[in-house]
Amino acid sequence: MMQADLTSISWLSLAIWLPILSGVLVLLLGGDHKATLTRWLALAGSLVSFLVTIPLYTLFDVQDGFFQFEELLPWIPAFNIHYHLGIDGFSMPLVLLTSFTTVIVVLAAWEVITKHVAQYMAAFLIMSGIMIGVFTALDSMLYYVFWEAMLIPMFLVIGVWGGPNRVYATVKFFLYTLLGSLLMLVAFIYLYHQTGSFELADYYLLPLSMKAQIYIFIAFFMAFAVKIPMWPVHTWLPDAHVEAPTGGSVVLAAIALKLGGYSFLRFAMPIAPDASHYFSTAMIVLSLIAVVYIALVALVQTDMKKLIAYSSISHMGFVTLGFFMFGQLALEGALVQMISHGFISSAMFLSVGVLYDRVHSREISAYGGVANKMPVFAGFAVLFAMANSGLPGTSGFVGEFMVILAAVKFNFWVGFFAATTLIFGAAYTLWMTKRVFFGDVANHHVAELTDLNKREFLILGILAILVIGFGVYPQPITEVMQATTSEFLKHMAISKLPVTGY
Amino acid sequence: MDNMQFDLLALLPELVLLGMAMFILLLDLFILPQNRSIIYGLSQFTLFAAAFFTFKTHTPAVGFAFSHMFIDDTLSDVIKMMMYLGTSLIFVYSRKYLQDRSLYRGEFYAMVLFGLLGMMIMVSGHNLLTIYIGLELLSLCLYSLVAFDRDNPRASEAAMKYFVLGALASGMLLYGMSMIYGMTGSLDVSDIANSIMQQNKSPVLIMGLVFLVSGIAFKFGAVPFQMWVPDVYQGSPTPMTLLIGSVPKLAAFAMTVRLLVQGLHPLAQDWQDMLMLMAILSIIIGNFSAIVQTNLKRMLAYSTISHVGFIMFGMMSANANGFASSFFYISTYVLTSIAGFGIILLLSRQGFEAEEIDDLKGLNQRHPWFAFMMLIIMFSMAGIPPTIGFYAKFTVLQAAWQAGFTWQVVLAVLMAVIGAFYYLNIVRKMYFDAPVDHSPLTAPIDMRFVLSVHSLALLGLGLFPEILLSVCGRSLLMSLQ
Repeated sequence: MMQADLTSISWLSLAIWLPILSGVLVLLLGGDHKATLTRWLALAGSLVSFLVTIPLYTLFDVQDGFFQFEELLPWIPAFNIHYHLGIDGFSMPLVLLTSFTTVIVVLAAWEVITKHVAQYMAAFLIMSGIMIGVFTALDSMLYYVFWEAMLIPMFLVIGVWGGPNRVYATVKFFLYTLLGSLLMLVAFIYLYHQTGSFELADYYLLPLSMKAQIYIFIAFFMAFAVKIPMWPVHTWLPDAHVEAPTGGSVVLAAIALKLGGYSFLRFAMPIAPDASHYFSTAMIVLSLIAVVYIALVALVQTDMKKLIAYSSISHMGFVTLGFFMFGQLALEGALVQMISHGFISSAMFLSVGVLYDRVHSREISAYGGVANKMPVFAGFAVLFAMANSGLPGTSGFVGEFMVILAAVKFNFWVGFFAATTLIFGAAYTLWMTKRVFFGDVANHHVAELTDLNKREFLILGILAILVIGFGVYPQPITEVMQATTSEFLKHMAISKLPVTGY
Repeated sequence: MDNMQFDLLALLPELVLLGMAMFILLLDLFILPQNRSIIYGLSQFTLFAAAFFTFKTHTPAVGFAFSHMFIDDTLSDVIKMMMYLGTSLIFVYSRKYLQDRSLYRGEFYAMVLFGLLGMMIMVSGHNLLTIYIGLELLSLCLYSLVAFDRDNPRASEAAMKYFVLGALASGMLLYGMSMIYGMTGSLDVSDIANSIMQQNKSPVLIMGLVFLVSGIAFKFGAVPFQMWVPDVYQGSPTPMTLLIGSVPKLAAFAMTVRLLVQGLHPLAQDWQDMLMLMAILSIIIGNFSAIVQTNLKRMLAYSTISHVGFIMFGMMSANANGFASSFFYISTYVLTSIAGFGIILLLSRQGFEAEEIDDLKGLNQRHPWFAFMMLIIMFSMAGIPPTIGFYAKFTVLQAAWQAGFTWQVVLAVLMAVIGAFYYLNIVRKMYFDAPVDHSPLTAPIDMRFVLSVHSLALLGLGLFPEILLSVCGRSLLMSLQ
């Protein structure tokens, strides 16, 4: 009885609109002169928004490989567009990750952001709702609207609260993503005229010639590859990451990048399965370039945030690598990697934020011997660094190991190159950690450092528990996606070419 | 006699407007300058009354008056309603500006109302001459309105340019009409269509079409007939720019429907190519020129040219879907551009024109609320969801795609990215830069309120675009049947 009541609530709509509404509320009620009220309002809003996503996990049916929690309403009948929401094993963990990260971002900004507090908090709350919209939309036009709407708050966040070169970075970010998205819009227009609807389910069943599939795949690729980002369209990311405020970097790394990965699974691959197989070699090569080459680029960075940004690209290379090997293990590994990277990259950026707030420098050379002054913080930072380099027992290990295992089975050399990340990843992360945290106290800035306060300890503590928790016991993530991955692979194995050939 | 009665009934809104405009002109002679708000109120009331009668006399059936010179169909009623709304907003936004510059005179209101009357006749013209007369009435009012600030040399220069080029365009239009009359023997739009259907295409007919399309393109401001747009936009006093850039586009659209669709549809293949070329060139040239502008009005002028390109994108499809999407595009564009110029008027004050892009610097720190409004307007112009501007671009693109214009759609999409750049530039100045000017807003409360509702409507319509989409789509379908 209780169960029936709970399932009749529109949880997904709540998950989308609660954060957006609380963002608007913060904007209306808050302000710089009542910053404390603004912060508490934002925290309350983000906490409630997080709580309403929990039933998505508890009420989720892990046996069901199709969409759950569906909501379907007519939205724009003139073009047969629906307000259609639903989640499956791919999107559910990402929705939870999004609402969770928003709480962290609000906490992380607590006394750090003093300029336009209300606008900052509201931007992140609204963005959180929009991103959950992207993850849950099952109508491609609804999806597209959420996808593009996300650009607006992100543009402002980087531009208003970012570092010195923020304007260049944010305009670059906006235009890069817009270009990709508009090509995706053209693909949707094509599919609309083929099927007369924007329903994702119709697109899954639509037979397409190889030529059409290739064009569609390329259009989607332009949109998603920029977002992930894949080599060679990754150049906006280091700029945007470096200039963004800590919260912006966290959201970009933890969620925005996943939008691209998720969208490959939701759109590009199932709509154009034959083209996906056709391009799989190319995609694997691009992923490996990201894994190996970008890791080498990360090695030579002198800026901590830039280093983590490049490490993100390298880790996302694993995700795309896992996708395009078309195996259960590889796909699940890639998905675990997405979630785990969400936690680890957040933690890494927050750690940099902790240092930046005190010293106002991101240069590695500005630090040295921080561990002497901030022993508790150093403990956390070393743990996250280990997780970033994929140490067993942390969540970073699980996904990478699954993908590497699958890659070796797929092709030895692919596996070989993928495995180099364990070396390179450890090299750049640990080398940075060594230079920043160990050794003698480098200068008077470091000498004046004070250790974590309660708020920072709480944030990093929660993330540390999650990183270790999922490292030791990844079951909760893997079990929800199993049914969906096997359905997905079944779908991918069936050709969509018209029977007559092309 | 009965017939005459119906004829007058169909023209009721026009007659009300005509009577009131003349009354306002006369009344202004006897009214003291401090009581001028009576004129303002009366003008607003006139618009309301015209809207009331348009609504009351509306029937789903197509009605004709004065032996098919005048047509009263759903499309014309819908367009007229939009025009009343647009003109009313223009009155609200320009009032303070005019007061500050001692331009607050009854002639302004009479002139705008006469111009509106001209547009209404264009919208309802079913005869080449009726359309032409409406167009001329509109144009003459606009020429004199641009020169309204008599002592401003820039405005006079703009008026002169506008007049000379506008007269040339009218001449071309008239020349084209005469050729078409020569080949078909009729000035009536439906008769022309029937006559062309029954004869072979002759070069004279095509010549006539070329002149006609040139005239239309001139009025729209499409490349290669766009030269007047930037100068006139920049030179005119901002309320006049607001007027020129908004409501007349609706009239030009109606004229295009009457001439090209209802009259010359048998020649669709020929005008499709012309429109396609102009659409592509307008989008490219408009967008690239807009990037380098430092004057906000001039930038908006070039952006208008690119918007016109998108409008033609829908029309070149030459089917109901295409024209419905163009109609939707124009409605949203008019709504958006009125709001955009409204912000310029809001920031202007006595002795200061907020027309440089740098004047918007740091607006978020001065007036976060209106900075946010301008943000919505700019993203709507750039076509970023969830604002209404996105659906405008989307409908036009899907119509063009359906008609088989594949590479053109891809090109337009790439150009939209260029367009986003200069709209972003405005947002960037407002949000990321420090303010240079700290003076408070002097705008009256009614203007602030209306402008806020108006800008929020761009967002609201973006969340629920169905209303406007179906109004545009259905009214057009009902008229093309």
